Amino acid sequence: MKEEALHPKTIAAQGFRQIDLKKKTRLSESVIQASLFFAGILSILITLAIVYELGKEALLFFNDPDVTLMKFFGTTKWQPGIGQYGIWALVSSTLVTSTIAILISLPLGLAAAIYLSEYASYRARSILKPILEILAGIPTVVYGYFALLFVTPILKSIFGDALQVYNMLSAGLVMGIMILPLISSMSEDALSAVPNSLREAAYAMGATKYEASVQIVLPAALSGIGAAVIIGISRAVGETMIVAVAAGAGPNFTFNPLQAAETMTGHIARISGGDLSYNSIDYTSLFAIALMLFLVTLVLNLVSQWVVNRFREQYE
Amino acid sequence: MEKIYAIETSNLSIHYGNFTAVKEVAMKVEKQKITAIIGPSGCGKSTLLRAFNRMNDFVPGCHITGELLLHGQNLYGKDIDPVEVRRKIGMVFQKPNPFPKSIYDNISWGAKINGFKGNMNELVEQSLRGAALWDEVKDKLQQSAYALSGGQQQRLCIARTIAIQPEIILMDEPASALDPISTLRIEELMQELKKNYTILIVTHNMQQAARVSDYTAMMMIDDQRSGGVIEFDDTKKIFTRPGDKRTEDYVTGRFG
Repeated sequence: MKEEALHPKTIAAQGFRQIDLKKKTRLSESVIQASLFFAGILSILITLAIVYELGKEALLFFNDPDVTLMKFFGTTKWQPGIGQYGIWALVSSTLVTSTIAILISLPLGLAAAIYLSEYASYRARSILKPILEILAGIPTVVYGYFALLFVTPILKSIFGDALQVYNMLSAGLVMGIMILPLISSMSEDALSAVPNSLREAAYAMGATKYEASVQIVLPAALSGIGAAVIIGISRAVGETMIVAVAAGAGPNFTFNPLQAAETMTGHIARISGGDLSYNSIDYTSLFAIALMLFLVTLVLNLVSQWVVNRFREQYE
Repeated sequence: MEKIYAIETSNLSIHYGNFTAVKEVAMKVEKQKITAIIGPSGCGKSTLLRAFNRMNDFVPGCHITGELLLHGQNLYGKDIDPVEVRRKIGMVFQKPNPFPKSIYDNISWGAKINGFKGNMNELVEQSLRGAALWDEVKDKLQQSAYALSGGQQQRLCIARTIAIQPEIILMDEPASALDPISTLRIEELMQELKKNYTILIVTHNMQQAARVSDYTAMMMIDDQRSGGVIEFDDTKKIFTRPGDKRTEDYVTGRFG
C-alpha cells in the first residue's frame, strides 16, 4: 500500500485526490448469494427426492409378475387385491371432476378478473378482491361437506334419481368454486400488469371498454392467465378432500358426472388411511397411482403451456 | 379567404377535483393546418390535448367546464358518446404504443371495431403508404409490430390512426422518444398529413414547433399553478414577434 501510494506533494502537484479503487471482499454478499442458491437448489432436490421415491416404489408394483402395462393402461377395473390393475377406473374420475372444475372456474374467474381489472372502480376493487381471496382460505374439507350436504341436495332436486348421493358433478362444481379465487386473482394480476399505454391506444382508436378489454388487454395478458389456469388445473387434479368426501369411495370407470367414482387422490387417501402392510400390492399400487397423477398433471401443464404460447401476444 | 375552424374552444377549463389544471382556454384550430401547443413542463399541454378526444374521462376526478366544439358540436354535451368522439379524433402518443399484434392487425383492428366493411388489404396498404411506412414493411405484414424500430413503430401508430379516417389527429410529443432522423421523417409526414387532416401537436421541442406548425399556442402556469394559453397566433409571429414577454423569454430559451 505504502509504496504504491503517491506522495502527498505529487498528489498536490498533479491536482489528484487519492481515491481508493481497490478490490474489497464483501463477506455478506457471498453469504447472501450462497443462501439464495441453497434455497433454490433445495426445492429442486426435494422434488427430485419425491420423484425418486415414487419411481422406486412404483417400480416394485410394476415388477410384480401379475402386473403388466397392458393391464395397467388397457383395462378399466381397479382392485389390486384381486388382480385388477386398470388405472383408468381412477383416472376417469379425476378427469371428470377436474374438467367440471375448470369449466366452472375458468369462465367465471376470467370474467371476475376482467371486471376487477378493467371495469371496477378503485374502491370497488379494493373491497371485492380481498373478499374473493378469502374464498381461497376456506379449508378444503369444509368445501367437501359443502358439496355433500348443500350442493348435492340442490342437484338432487334438478336431476332426481339419476344423481347418486356421492357424485362427481357436485364435487367438480365445488372444486371449481374453490379454484375460482385463485384463477381470478392471478388473472387479475396479469391483466393489471398490461401497460396502460395499450389501453389508451385502444380507447384512442374508438374502442369500447369491452373491445379494449377482450381484444387488446386480454390477449396481452394471456401468458399470466395461462399460468393461472395451469395452477388451477394442477390444484384440481391434486385436490383430495373435496372428492374424498363428496365424489364417492370406490373406483368406477365412468364419464357420467352424475355417478359416484373415486379419483386417484381420493383413492390414495382412503387406502393409505387403513392398515396396509408394506409389502402388499395395495401398498405399492398407491405409488403407481401417485406416479400416474404426477404424469397427468405434467401432461396437462405441458398442453396448457403450448396453448398459451400459441395464442399469447407478448408485450415488452 | 375565410378560415374554416375544425375545433373551437371557449372558456375551456379542466379540473382535477378542486384543482384547476387548465384554465379558460379559448382557441380556434383551423382545418387542415398544424397547430402546435408549446410551453414548459407541467403547464397542462398534454392535459389540454387529451381533452380534445376525451381521454381525460379515464382520469378519476377529472371534469371539464366550458365548451369544446368540433364542427360546432360540443364534445362535452350530454348526449355525446366519447367512443364516437375518439373515432373522429385520433391520437398518437409520446411513446410508440403499437398493439402486441402483427403489423397488419395493428391497422385492421381499429378499422374492424369501427365497422369497416371494405377491402381490408387495400386499407392496410393505403394507411401504411399514408404513414410513409409501406415500403419498409410490405414484405413482413404478418410480423409482430414489436420487431419494428421505435420510429417505425411510431409511424405504424400514425398509420393505424389514419386507417380509421378521423377528422383530427392529436399528437402528444410524437417524436420525443425518437432519434433525429426518425423525428425528421415524422415531421415530413405531418406536412403530408395536413393535406387531409387537421393536426394538433404538443411538443417540448420549440424548433419542431417552429418547423412544422402553422399556428402555435403558448401555455404557461399562473400563480395558482393552473395552466393557460397565454398567447395563440401564427407560428411565425410567435417565434419572431411574440406579443407576450413570457412567450419571448420562452422561445428565445431564456428559461424553460
